[in-house]
Amino acid sequence: MRIFEAIGKYLLLMQKVFAKPEKASVYYKQTIREMESLGINSVGIVIIISIFMGAVITLQTRYNIETATVPLYLVGLTARDSMLLEFSSTMVGLILAGKVGSNIASEIGTMRVSEQIDALEIMGVNSACYLILPKIIATVVFNPLLTMISMFVGIGGGYLATVATGALSVSDYVYGIQYWFIPFYILYSLLKTVIFAFIIATVPAFHGYYVSGGALEVGRASTRGVVYSSILILLFNVILTQLLLA
Amino acid sequence: MVEVKNVNKTFAGNRVLFDISTVFDRGKTNLIIGQSGSGKTVLLKSLVGLHTVDSGEILLENRDLVKMDFGKLKSIRREMGMLFQGGALFDSLTVEENVLFPLNLFSGMGHEEKIHRVNECLKRVNLRNVNHLFPSELSGGMQKRVAIARAIVQNPKYLFCDEPNSGLDPKTSIVIDNLISDITREYNITTIINSHDMNSVMEIGEKVIFIYQGYKHWEGTKDDIFNSGNEYLEDFIFASNLAKKVKNKMNIHNRS
Repeated sequence: MRIFEAIGKYLLLMQKVFAKPEKASVYYKQTIREMESLGINSVGIVIIISIFMGAVITLQTRYNIETATVPLYLVGLTARDSMLLEFSSTMVGLILAGKVGSNIASEIGTMRVSEQIDALEIMGVNSACYLILPKIIATVVFNPLLTMISMFVGIGGGYLATVATGALSVSDYVYGIQYWFIPFYILYSLLKTVIFAFIIATVPAFHGYYVSGGALEVGRASTRGVVYSSILILLFNVILTQLLLA
Repeated sequence: MVEVKNVNKTFAGNRVLFDISTVFDRGKTNLIIGQSGSGKTVLLKSLVGLHTVDSGEILLENRDLVKMDFGKLKSIRREMGMLFQGGALFDSLTVEENVLFPLNLFSGMGHEEKIHRVNECLKRVNLRNVNHLFPSELSGGMQKRVAIARAIVQNPKYLFCDEPNSGLDPKTSIVIDNLISDITREYNITTIINSHDMNSVMEIGEKVIFIYQGYKHWEGTKDDIFNSGNEYLEDFIFASNLAKKVKNKMNIHNRS
């Protein structure tokens, strides 16, 4: 029963979030601030993780190809498709659920327990809309950009691994990443990213918004926000894969 | 004027307010007093619509807050200012941005005009040269004063204060109390203060309501409070040793 209660509460919160903002210019500035805080500040971690994952996928694929009948350019193809189909959307989504999700839940949760949300309400501000809508817009707009960065950097990471280790020839790798390219994979990945971004912004915000108590509860809400958004990302990954690729 | 009629409130089966009725007058500092856990914060938060009451009426100039939908509640809240126990200033904004915040959202003023209004309010609460400081860089008393400036920046009709003196030393408490009282008279607003500080009661309590275990036990002025004849109120007033000594001296003085 508690899960249905939580879903109902989440939907009611979303109804409040998607109300007409009090003043568009204030919300616009807030959205730009959130893009910096939630998006631009995540570029570094996305680049670092993507480089290493691209490199590892490339090396592992190469060292698992034992037979001479399998052409080595398939290493490049595998690295490319792994990045495009799964890593850049799902893995980056999970990483951002941890980084951005905990940030959102703890920020909103702290505002709740220190009565800053009540202060907004007393001023006549729709606190849910003011606090959560800019975060949703920021993540939904910026995360696809992060996904694209991850794709390029990850494939680049594979290239660097190839050059650095000499595990396969650069020409094989470059041929592989161009071989049998399906542009829809990028669209598929970006569509997933948009849904994941919505989950990353709203699920931790929901947990932070309804927190009550003190610092301990804010910490718990932050953990719950990250755990539930990660589970939902994995669940929606399966659903969207079936819907888009079947 | 704020009129409360037969207000009841329950939290998860636990009844917190029992049939509270009273009137808070305009241009006066009205105090709700009582022990911790007596229900005074719940009453105050119900008056501003942060808690939904189970039954009863809360009339702000005859407009019933209880029956209002979210949109109407939002619009009536623009007539309210509230000072929270911890100040509730926005940590990420400077003092100026905190006070400017409601004006940015709801006023049609130009930027210069808004800054002028912010400075006027900060001056009114005796704060100067703090515009670009963050709340964490201010003392508790200064934070409360910024919160008062933010609460009055839109010329509210109603000012609600939840434990305005909590965490402050007695001298700063008196400054804050007098500031609230002066502003109430100056702007002719209905001020409702929730407190358990007897110094505040004696300093600014033009009308005092005593809540005990969710019931309104007594109401009157600060001058009537020592002759209330209410045992729960007397217990509350004379809880400290200092107050007991004052009471004994008063009794000796009256007998002689």
